[in-house]
Amino acid sequence: MHPALSVIFFTVVSGAGFGLYSLTAILQLFRLGPAMDRSELLTALITAFVLIVAGLISSTGHLANPKNAWRSFMRVKTSWLSREAVLAVIFFPFGFLYLLGVYLYGAHVPAFFGLMGLIGIVLGFMTVFATGMIYACLKTMRQWNTPLVPANYLLMGLTLGALFHLAIEAYYGANLQFITGVAGTALVMTGVMKGIYYYWIIKTSGPSINTATTFTRATVRLLDVGHTAGTFLTEEFGYQVEAGRLLMLKALVFGFGFILPLILIVAAAASQGAGFLLATLAVLSSLAGKGIERWLFFAEARHVVNLYHGAQHT
Amino acid sequence: MRLGLVIDLDTCVGCHACAVACKQWNTSGTTGPLTDYRPYGADPSGVWFNRIRHYEVGEYPNSKTINFPMSCMHCEDADCVTVCPTGASYKRKEDGVVLIDQTKCMGCNYCSWACPYGARELDRESGTMKKCTLCIDRIYDETLAEIDRQPACVITCPAHARFFGDFDDQNSEVSRLVRERDGMQLMPELGYNPTNRYLPPRINTPIPTEDVRRDSLAGKVKEWVNKAVAR
Repeated sequence: MHPALSVIFFTVVSGAGFGLYSLTAILQLFRLGPAMDRSELLTALITAFVLIVAGLISSTGHLANPKNAWRSFMRVKTSWLSREAVLAVIFFPFGFLYLLGVYLYGAHVPAFFGLMGLIGIVLGFMTVFATGMIYACLKTMRQWNTPLVPANYLLMGLTLGALFHLAIEAYYGANLQFITGVAGTALVMTGVMKGIYYYWIIKTSGPSINTATTFTRATVRLLDVGHTAGTFLTEEFGYQVEAGRLLMLKALVFGFGFILPLILIVAAAASQGAGFLLATLAVLSSLAGKGIERWLFFAEARHVVNLYHGAQHT
Repeated sequence: MRLGLVIDLDTCVGCHACAVACKQWNTSGTTGPLTDYRPYGADPSGVWFNRIRHYEVGEYPNSKTINFPMSCMHCEDADCVTVCPTGASYKRKEDGVVLIDQTKCMGCNYCSWACPYGARELDRESGTMKKCTLCIDRIYDETLAEIDRQPACVITCPAHARFFGDFDDQNSEVSRLVRERDGMQLMPELGYNPTNRYLPPRINTPIPTEDVRRDSLAGKVKEWVNKAVAR
């Protein structure tokens, strides 16, 4: 698949925003970890909203006809893309009411605003799940057609959110021990999950050139594609990366996405004074790693239409 | 009613006439124009509803060239319709034809991702997705003679490898062909239940050569001279 930068930016950044919002609200509403004051909570929640909005604006970048984008709310009954759009929009009133509660009352929000925050958490998770399902529901790409995909989207968002949260706590000079534990656990779990995904997609399954042409008892070889230059199909689905480069990029995903941030946040928790700098570096490193991860997610997916253009299986 | 095409892989000669007729008819049809990019440049490209590929099936010398025209299969369980977030993509209840409302499409490409047959192509000029309409503006045109109320690709096929009709009608030509010649679906394991069917090549008995008359002595000399004389 051709990787579109706007979609990569959208899924990584708004995923991080929903993760940061959910984690901040969970920690505050359930009184987990060191107590956060009003300004700390506001910084975290506003950062989350900025990330979500930036991502959603970017998501319209890949539309060929954006003037009809408003119509994407019309088919919640069947389309995961529609569901995602609607959930993302419904999230905002609840998220904003919780933000208002924090703005007015600080860390001790009244029950009503707390309830709004809880609903916001659920809607945030549902939105990221729907983003994952946009890809996981397609039977045409076996690399996407797995429950590991929405699980991966949720965990990636939570991990980035935890790292952002850690950096904000470090900025306010809070005790980082608890949040380092949370972010570290998230990093390890998400890394393992990504490893499982990469292992899973090695196996080829599903349609081959034989079922694609009905000749299931003979070898089938492409003689001629029937067109002299590129077409929409070859441009959109014909994208390929060499095997050596794939391996190198996967190493970068684990290096920048998981291992380096883990070292950096442990160092941040232990250091006196340099905590914020180290935590910011962890966020940047993880964003880079997850950007590469998302690029690979698209570049590695092989659409079955490639069978008709010479691939023997996908 | 379940309208669709039957394509005979035995008689298709791979001349691309169906694709050209399709382009010609539909470029001025309901979803037209089918834009051409750089038509006189080095790498001309554009929107086509119908594409023909060519394959070698089997191992030489027992192999056969198969010409493979593909357009929209008008699937029974069309994922391109269910994934569409705007409702631009729809399947008509009355005849099963899958169409795109050009005024509603936002060009997100999602339906083309969901289609395993490559039947949908984005028109980069209009920013909307386009696909085979089964010549909807032709098959229902009552000003045409009944024989002309067929898709352009079917009418133009010089090898008579394409058939159009209602698969729900057991007595239609398409139903009969599928029944008699084992009409196959492409990638049935994906569960899209495509309406269009493909007829496999007929199994022909080899032409006997034992009774071919042996050459006369004069003929043999002639053949030897022909080989020996340098031209």
